[in-house]
This record gives sequence, C-alpha cells and structure tokens, in this order.
Amino acid sequence: MATKTVEPNRRDFMTIAAGSFAAVGGAAALWPFIDQMNPDASTLSLATVEVDLAPIEEGQSITVSWRGKPVFIRYRTSAEIEESRSVKLDDLADPVARNENVGDSAPATDQNRVNVKNEKMLVMIGICTHLGCIPKGQRVGDEKGEYGGWFCPCHGSHYDTAGRIRKGPAPRNLDVPAYDYISETKIKIG
Amino acid sequence: MAHASSYKPNTAIAKWFDVRLPIMRLMHDQLQDFPTPRNLNYLWTFGGILTFFLVVQLATGIVLAMHYVPHESMAFDSVERIMRDVNWGWLLRYMHSNGASMFFLAVYIHIARGMYYGSYKAPREVLWVLGVFLFLAMMATAFMGYSLVWGQMSFWAVTVITNLFSSLDSIVPGLGTTVVQWIWGGFAVGGPTLTRLFSLHYLLPFVIVGLVILHIWALHVPGNNNPTGIDIKTKSDAVPFHPYYTLKDAYALCLFVILFMGFVFYAPNFLGDPVNYEQADPLQTPPHIVPEWYFLPFYAILRAIPDKLFGVIAFAGSIGLLAFLPWLDTSKVRSTRYRPIYKWFFALFIIVVLALGYLGAKPAEGVYLLFSRIGTALYFGHLLVVLPVLGWFEKPSAMPGSITDDVLGKGSGGSRPSAASASPGRR
Repeated sequence: MATKTVEPNRRDFMTIAAGSFAAVGGAAALWPFIDQMNPDASTLSLATVEVDLAPIEEGQSITVSWRGKPVFIRYRTSAEIEESRSVKLDDLADPVARNENVGDSAPATDQNRVNVKNEKMLVMIGICTHLGCIPKGQRVGDEKGEYGGWFCPCHGSHYDTAGRIRKGPAPRNLDVPAYDYISETKIKIG
Repeated sequence: MAHASSYKPNTAIAKWFDVRLPIMRLMHDQLQDFPTPRNLNYLWTFGGILTFFLVVQLATGIVLAMHYVPHESMAFDSVERIMRDVNWGWLLRYMHSNGASMFFLAVYIHIARGMYYGSYKAPREVLWVLGVFLFLAMMATAFMGYSLVWGQMSFWAVTVITNLFSSLDSIVPGLGTTVVQWIWGGFAVGGPTLTRLFSLHYLLPFVIVGLVILHIWALHVPGNNNPTGIDIKTKSDAVPFHPYYTLKDAYALCLFVILFMGFVFYAPNFLGDPVNYEQADPLQTPPHIVPEWYFLPFYAILRAIPDKLFGVIAFAGSIGLLAFLPWLDTSKVRSTRYRPIYKWFFALFIIVVLALGYLGAKPAEGVYLLFSRIGTALYFGHLLVVLPVLGWFEKPSAMPGSITDDVLGKGSGGSRPSAASASPGRR
C-alpha cells in the first residue's frame, strides 16, 4: 500500500465539482418525470362527496363512489351491533380502529368504528385491505362471511359487522374515511 | 464462440463496406458460419421460436395500436371495434393475444431446457441472468397488455397486482399507499392508470429487443451448450449454424406455428377468460379472479402464504431466485443426463410447477390451499435445498469423452465429470 497521499490539484477539484454538480442536476431533473405520475389536480379536486342517508332502511346497505373507490354504508340492525360489541379486543386480528375520524392508535371497538352521532350507521371504504378487491355483503343474498359482515371472494378474507378483519389474509380492518354529519341525515365524505 | 472469421467479401461494394461497417462480416460469422454443437435436439429450437414470436407480437401490436383507444370509457369498445369493424382486426388481435400465450409456452420450454441441461452453469451465467431479465420484462409486458382490454378480469388483475406494493405499508407505514397511488395516478385504478400502462406496454417490447441482442451476444461468446454438457473440443464436434440449424429451427417453427394457428383459427378464446368480455366495473369484483394461464404457478404461490407481505416476498422470490440458479447449483456436471439423483428431483420440480399452475386457477381454500402450500414448499425446497446440497454428494454417471463420441455411440470415454472437459470451467 502506498502511504504517500497525492495532493489534489486544481484539475481534481474541477472534475469532482463538475461531476457533483451534474449528479445533483441530473437527480433534480428526474423529479418532474417521477412526480408527473402522482394524482393530478383534477383527480385531487374530486376529493369530497355528500350522501343523504335518509332513504336507507335498517338492515340495508348502499354503495357510493368516492375518489373512484366504493364506500360501503350499512344501516346496521341492533343484533349486528350487539354482535360486534360483544367481541373482545384480544380476538381481533387488527386491534386498531383504522378510522380517520379518531386517533391513529384508537382501539378497534365498535364505537370507534362509527361516528358518535349515529352509531348504527357504518361508513367505510369497501376495498379489501389485502389486494384491493371489493368484498361481498352489500347486496341481498351476497355471501357475508363467517362473521356476518363482508366476505372478500378473491383470497377469502372475512370481515365482521363493524368491518373488522377476523379471518383471512387481509392485514387491516376496512378503512373508515374522514366524514362528518353536515345535517341530521346527510354526511360529507372526504 | 470466438472463431476465426471466414468471411470473404466478393463484390466491390462488399469490400468497401467491410472496412467501414463490417456488418456483413458479423452476420456471416455469427449467423451463418457459427460453430454449433452437432448434437442439439429439438429443445434447442425454442430460441428461434421465441425470436419469431417477439416479431409477431411487435408487428401485430404496432398495427393494433393504430386502432386502440387508451381511455377508460372507450378502451373496451375500441377493442370490440377492432374485432368487428377494422379490416382483419379479428385476426390481428387473436394473433396478438394467442401469440402472447405461445410466447410463454415457448419460454417455459426454453427455461426448462436450460435447467435440465445445466445451460446456466459457467461460463454462461450472464447469458442465463439476462434470460431471467427477459422473462421478467415479458411478464410485465404481457400483464400490461392484458390490462389494456379493460375488461373485468383486466381491471381486477391490475387492482390486485398493483396492490401488491401496498404491502410496503407493513414495513414503513404509508409508503405502500404512496407508491400505489403513484402507480395509479389516482386513488384507485382508473383512466390515468390505463394511459400509462399503454405507454409502457408499447415501450417494453423494445427493451426486450435490446435484451435479446445482449442475450444472443452472451450466447455467442461461449457458444451453445448441448445435451451432453461437454464443450466443443474438436472440429468434428461442431457444424456451421447455417444450413444445419437454420433448417432445423425452421422445421420446428413450422410445427409450432401450426399449433399457434390452431388456436388463432379454431379456439381463439380457449386460453382466455370469458369474464374479460365484460367491461371493467370499478364497483364490482368478479367472484373469482384468475390471471392468464401463464401466471398461474406464481399466483398460486402468492395465495398460498397467509401473510400479505410474505406472500408478496414469496411471489417475487419464486421468479427472482431463478437468476441465482448458477450459484445455487453446486454440481459441476451440466447435463442432467449424467446426474442419476437430480433427474428425479428435476421431474418432481416440473410436476410441482404444473400442479401449482392447476392450483392457481382454483379457489384458495380447503384442499387446494393445502396443496398450494405443499407445492410452494417443494418449489423453494428445490431451489434452496436440493440444488445446493445435492451437488456435494451425488455421484455422476459415466460421461462420453466428447460430443462426437456421444453422437457416434462410442460409449463412455472413461472420462469422469471431475475431469476438466466436463466441468463448467472456473467456479
């Protein structure tokens, strides 16, 4: 090993400086090419939707579209709510509420999955947290899975009556989007 | 295989070109006079068949793109217009869709041949790794092309496969969602997703062309492997590529094209899923999502793992591990002909892949799920356990002394695989 260090001269400095400048410039020039793929302004502008819940009867479900995604709204029966409330948190595969309207670490109790203004109404994004299929259970006669909520036919995930994952490969409970009541029977999602 | 150039420019213009751009010399030396082992069997014709299908896909694809409309509300109808209104549109589209299937059929045979005869071993590792890249590029291209039809199966295949990236959320929270929305250009698969898939579907085949050139280049440095796995040693071991293998390849290609045309004219939708003739509906998932047949073994592996992140890792690993085959296999003997134990494991591996293909089309539950898990274990067991371990204690059977000896039936030349002749060179 040579122990003598060669003093960098002015040419070395210029080579390194020019090379670094080109590398930083190249990286910066890359960003527009990457960022152009992110959701554009027109997509972002479709961010909210208002839904009138008045026509929904108890036990009925409707699906609305928000940001191109289906949103499941179910007016749950007392029996369904009772069933959901009786589940111990330890029995849940995902103990976090996954509700944008409560804290990130809120436990997945039935109350934390809904809005306090109407605990019977369950509003959530109808996309399986596994690989994005739409679970069955919205229509009359659909298979609702072993826990009476929703069942994803793609890879067999079962959700309960609060939309919580109970069995199957999905890692998370169905997501509850940010929403609020803007009147007695109307919600605004997003 | 490096060999002295035998090209003799005859005309004045050929001589003029030869000292400026010796492309005729390159063609002559690499495609005509190239010394090729005299004992190649029909499994070696699939390289030529694959090249043919690359050209078919490019030619039909370029003209189909003249009629296709990559818009979420018009794509599906434009495909139907190609089928009904465009002159010869039905033929071109069926050639393109069945051509993809034939392409994969040929590549699977090509890969299996490489695995059986140890074509990935030194000094052909780079050739093999380029082949795995080609396979990946083919899979990406086929997947994107399938999505363009914008039928129910297309749409939900895109949804499921792009959602694989959301598993990154379990490593860094939010990362997966960010990546997936970047891929989609929205909050779900939609119009912006379709246009970028179209752009990339048009781009990737040209990347494949570039990789094919590198693949052939890497082939022409060491030259072809052959059924004995023994290197060419004397002139009598080899024949010129033309006319011996140009004709053999052409004959095999004719037979393969008969199969292709059989599908195109008599069973054009046999290999596809009828659900894809329903227009994409973002609010309704088909009851049973299956990919095209050529992805089924890998899809079965994805579904066999109950955990989302590990399922995705196994799915990627089942393909990615193939690139490491030259280093996973510790046996110095190339051809499975002379590996009495390995040949049974190889047969089992083929059966496992076919079984996984069958299971990938079945619902992921009950006995199908159980067998998918066994198959997944055997698949990885073959690559990660059998290949490294077996090479250490398997005693190879007697090998012929040379390619010529093998062809002329001179029996074993007494040469043991430990001899330099049969070993894949420096390791």
